[in-house]
Amino acid sequence: MDLAHDAAPDGLTRVGARPPLGDYLRQVWLRRQFIVSLAQFRIEAENQRNRLGMLWVVIKPLLEAAVYGTVFGFLLGSNARPPHFVEFLIIGIFMFQFFSSTFSAGAKSITSNSALVQSLSFPRMTLPLSLVVQRLLLFLPTLAIMVVLVVVTGTAPHLNWLLMIPLIGLFFVFNCGVTLITARLTVHFRDLSQLLPFITRLLFYTTGLFFSIEERLQHHPTLLRIADFQPLHEFLTLARGILLHGEAYEVKSVFWLYASVWSFGVLAVGIVYFWAAEERYGRVD
Amino acid sequence: MAASTDRKPVVVVDDVHVEYRVLATGKRATAADSARKLLERSRRTRSVHALKGVSFSAYENDSIGVIGSNGSGKSTLMRAICGSTPTSSGSIYAASRPSLLGVGAAQLKDLSGERNIILGGLALGLTRAEIEGKLDDIIDFAGLREFIELPMRTYSSGMTARLKFAIATVQDHDILIIDEALAVGDKNFRDRSEARIREIRDNAGTIFLVSHSMQSIRDTCNRVIWLNKGELMMDGDPEEVIEAYEASS
Repeated sequence: MDLAHDAAPDGLTRVGARPPLGDYLRQVWLRRQFIVSLAQFRIEAENQRNRLGMLWVVIKPLLEAAVYGTVFGFLLGSNARPPHFVEFLIIGIFMFQFFSSTFSAGAKSITSNSALVQSLSFPRMTLPLSLVVQRLLLFLPTLAIMVVLVVVTGTAPHLNWLLMIPLIGLFFVFNCGVTLITARLTVHFRDLSQLLPFITRLLFYTTGLFFSIEERLQHHPTLLRIADFQPLHEFLTLARGILLHGEAYEVKSVFWLYASVWSFGVLAVGIVYFWAAEERYGRVD
Repeated sequence: MAASTDRKPVVVVDDVHVEYRVLATGKRATAADSARKLLERSRRTRSVHALKGVSFSAYENDSIGVIGSNGSGKSTLMRAICGSTPTSSGSIYAASRPSLLGVGAAQLKDLSGERNIILGGLALGLTRAEIEGKLDDIIDFAGLREFIELPMRTYSSGMTARLKFAIATVQDHDILIIDEALAVGDKNFRDRSEARIREIRDNAGTIFLVSHSMQSIRDTCNRVIWLNKGELMMDGDPEEVIEAYEASS
């Protein structure tokens, strides 16, 4: 122990000890170029081996819209179907996929990059954040297609549509928070990645992608109150309210408040929770 | 350590023990009990005492060779110094976060060599402009001019190691740990990398070099640590330690 006492005053620090939260976040901010470049290069690399290359970024959501439109629009009828059902469906599916793709890939953002984590020393928080940026960049063309489809199916563009920008911003913040939490959890329990698809599917069927929660639960006011606090339901409802007109799409403005509280709350928890285990991520035991 | 009081310690390893707990399956599995084993998932663990109380200090301008037979704890010690393996007891202090350059670790295989250089530099905290400025030097140093546009999954292990070494030494490291990473390079690259190691050392850096090539160690190190079965056998002048090590085996 004597040696350790000699060492400390010389400005040495214990190896692997995490820096204070403020310093840590500053280091993450310094590496913002790394976060964005990694996301861009990853997208390119993912599509490099396909013949159609980057075109897939646009083709995929179109196919997605066609499949879900056929299945839920024609094959499976629902008695709680709101007006403008196709637009309702497409907005719901596309918005949900921004979340679900981040959710499933983000959980592995540390474990699948163990080689990078072990060979270079840099703040690990950049990896999950880069993953969310990657998904955001992939979501933007989807968003454009979504807007075009809404116009094509007969809704006139409106100045209100600019509200989508803060909404996507909030959704991005929310996804960052969720990813930071799941990325650390997966380091402790690898089994989690087996469980996540089921959670995603559960959310897929309960969030009201292809039926209206308001109509379905109109005789259960208590359940409806609870559903109002479900963050994904809030994001979807807000997006539909911004893009579609009509009585069915009147947004409760309190949803903006709920969604903001969720987003920044989850982000704050995620940052602290992820940072607290910074020493743990490179370990091989 | 007596003569070193005027030099600044950079890494202090203080009575470090590392004990791995490994799930031991023990005897060879037969077809009959494999099904039962799968359900039981027997939790019998065995502990492997990889390091048994190692202490030393490394100073500025030190280039330390680490030698020992396979399984003597060299890589465990290196991973403990860079913080990727937790110590069971004792602690390790360092002036800055050490970087480990090992054989196993790969970069992002689907990206080209050039993209990997850019990302590696950004991760180390350089700006995009700084990296662009150094890009040509790095490519030339790695000797990969013709292949730099190809994805890294097409590289041979020697080429990968060369690129990784080139990336890791972009920045002037304070503490660099090289674990067998040079062994796969060819003669030409080995000479260049040894020259680079000496350069880093001269710029007040500290280097640990794990190698089975006594020649590399003689050429680059001013001090050698000999590990045997997790214990520090000897620490001192390269010639003396290497002689004792070779006499023992």
